[in-house]
Order: sequence, then C-alpha cells, then structure tokens
Amino acid sequence: MQPCRLAAYDLACRRGDRLLFKGIGFELTGGEALHLAGPNGIGKSSLMRILAGLLRAYNGHVEHEGALALSDERPALDPHQPLGEALAFWRKVDRAGEARADFGLEDLLDVPVRYLSTGQRKRAALARLAASGARIWLLDEPLNGLDTHWGASAQAAIEAHRALGGIAVIASHQPLQLRKLRTLSLLEHLP
Amino acid sequence: MKALWTIFRRDLTLLLLGAPGRGGALLPLLFFLAVAMLYPFAVGPDAKLLARTGAGVIWVAALLAAILPLDRLVEPDLEAGFFDQWALRGIAEEGVLLLRILAHWLSFGVPLMLAAPLSAGLLNLDGGQLWTVEVGLLLGTPGLAAIGVTIAALTAGLRAGAALGGLLAIPLAVPLLIFGAGSLQPGGEGGLLLLAASSLAALAIAPFAAAGAIRAGRE
Repeated sequence: MQPCRLAAYDLACRRGDRLLFKGIGFELTGGEALHLAGPNGIGKSSLMRILAGLLRAYNGHVEHEGALALSDERPALDPHQPLGEALAFWRKVDRAGEARADFGLEDLLDVPVRYLSTGQRKRAALARLAASGARIWLLDEPLNGLDTHWGASAQAAIEAHRALGGIAVIASHQPLQLRKLRTLSLLEHLP
Repeated sequence: MKALWTIFRRDLTLLLLGAPGRGGALLPLLFFLAVAMLYPFAVGPDAKLLARTGAGVIWVAALLAAILPLDRLVEPDLEAGFFDQWALRGIAEEGVLLLRILAHWLSFGVPLMLAAPLSAGLLNLDGGQLWTVEVGLLLGTPGLAAIGVTIAALTAGLRAGAALGGLLAIPLAVPLLIFGAGSLQPGGEGGLLLLAASSLAALAIAPFAAAGAIRAGRE
C-alpha cells in the first residue's frame, strides 16, 4: 500500500458574511483517524467539503496524497434504480471490486433506492465509499440513521480501513468507539 | 476515459428512456408533433399559407421542445450529489457536461429530425423545404442542446429554476431560430452556414460555462 497523507494548514471558512472557524491545522498519516466535533452549524460539514476540495477555504490550504472519498448526506445513488445497479455504476466509475459484505446489503440489491430507509441508504453510501479503494475517507455524520448494530459495523469498517494504512476523518456529534482517535473540537477555533 | 464512458451511458439511458420524475425522450417529441398538428387548426387549412409559414413553425416547435427537458438535465444529479462525487474522483465537470450535451442532443435532436417529415406533412412543406429543415435541424439542434445544458446548470438548485431556465434559454436561442427559419426563405441558403456557426459557438462555450456554473453553485 502506498503511503497516504492529509494535512490542513491554518484553514478558515466563511459562509456569507460570517466567519465560521479559523486557524484549523492538522496532519494525518496512514492509520490515523480524526474526529471533528462540535455542535450543529459550527462548520463541520463545511470543513469536510474544504478537505474534499469542493469548497474554497477563506484562508489556508489542504494537501493530500492518496485518493479522497466522501460520504455525506447525499448518497449519489439513482433513486429509481435497484440498489445493486446503482452501486454497480460507481463500481464501474471507480473500477473497484466488491466490498459490501460488511453492510448487510445482499437482500436489498433488488430494491429500488427510493424504497430504502435512511439507515439502509447510509449503509449503501458507506459500502460505495469502502469499495472505491480511496485511501482517505471523509465521513460526514457516518452514523446518522444507523442502529447500534450497524453503527458498530460501520466503525469496524473504519478500523479495518485504518489497519490497512488508510486515513479517516469523521465529523459526528455522536461518540465514536475508535482506538487512538484524535479529536478536533471546532469550538476551540471560533473566530 | 472509461469512467466518462460509464457516465455517458448512464446519461443517455436516463435521457432517452427517462425515469420516474425524469420524463425521457418521448415527451419533447410528442410536444414537437403536437405543435405541428395544432398550427393548421389555428390558422386554417390554407395550403399556401401553411407552406409559407410551416418551416418557421417547425423551428419554434423545435426550440420549445428543447426547453421542455431543461429542469431534469442537471438538477437531479446535482441534488443527489453526483457532481460532487465526480469532482472528488478528479473527473472534470467540463467533460461530464460535454457528454451530457451529446446525450441531450441524441435524446431530443435526433428524434426531432426523425419526426420532421411527419411535421412537414402536417404543414404542407414540399420535399425541398423538408430537406432544408432536416439539414438545418442537424446543424442547429446541437447548439440548442448546448444552450439547454448551460442554462440547466445555471439554474439548477434555484427555486423556480425550471421556469427561469426557459426564460433564459429563449433569448440565447434566438440566433439559431433566425438562421434556421431564415434558411428556408428564398435566397436564404447562407442561413445554414450562419446556423452552423452559431451552433459551433454555443458548443464551444457551453461546457466551460456550465462547468463554471456548477462550481460556483458549490460556494
């Protein structure tokens, strides 16, 4: 496995006229995980999108080595398609293998995505992320809508990813049971 | 490249066959034929008048048929997060949108060309005029598709984006309409060249303008 790295330098984010946070910096290397903590509206999702390169930072910059994968509240699966085909689309785009065994989706592959529950959709999005083969996982509220069992499975998948030398950044307001988890509280970076 | 091909196949399937909430290629086609059918009812069955004005009606119908699917060209994919996921994988928006223009053209321009003989019959156009209409549609509909995708990208995510999209697309499509319909006037052969030129200009600008709109929408 090639080494991977994700580093942020002095990030600040402005939405409209409001400065959400400033002075955020960290460096993650293979196997490390970072928990972005803070109450609603503090800018966890914005920071996630800056790390993903989808949003321009007001200040600072992000460096990454290794492919990024993002899972947020939008699963990017065609609602009318059976789950199996919707996932197959991304497998073809990513040229990735099968890696959805951990998320209990076998019985749902024939079900159109629009009939899936919130938790099932979340599991599908996580399965797509896990199958993408990306080294850096950006997870925005990965446990939302998941019950205790699948919440634990999702965290087990994150641990397995780290064990293979991957990086995970997790924005969540729920407590996480991950070993050697670094925490970045956005409350400490208010302007 | 392979990823783009996969994306193009998905675009084409969605635009041709449609999906719940996405319509498909049939709707613009039926709309196009309906206009050609209604026009003789409105102006009366005067064969000479129909033959003289019919080609212009075909062009207006084609323009309106191109506007019809605007709200499902970009909006559903933006809403579902597809564009973000493609961007993360380093797939340029320009490439995705160029392919979407192609898919949109295949799903509305080509069916219109196939339906044009039927419209020509309803409007009493002769063979020569039909031929000019077909060549004109071949040259002009790619430009209409390019304008359509650009406007769809610009208005995606806005409230009342569909209605606004129609209003924004019409003025941009006016040159295509003028040159397309003008090519059918006596001595209007140069119209086809100008039509091709306008179409090329729209095609050259559209992927970049639409990609810029998608990126700006993320801020």
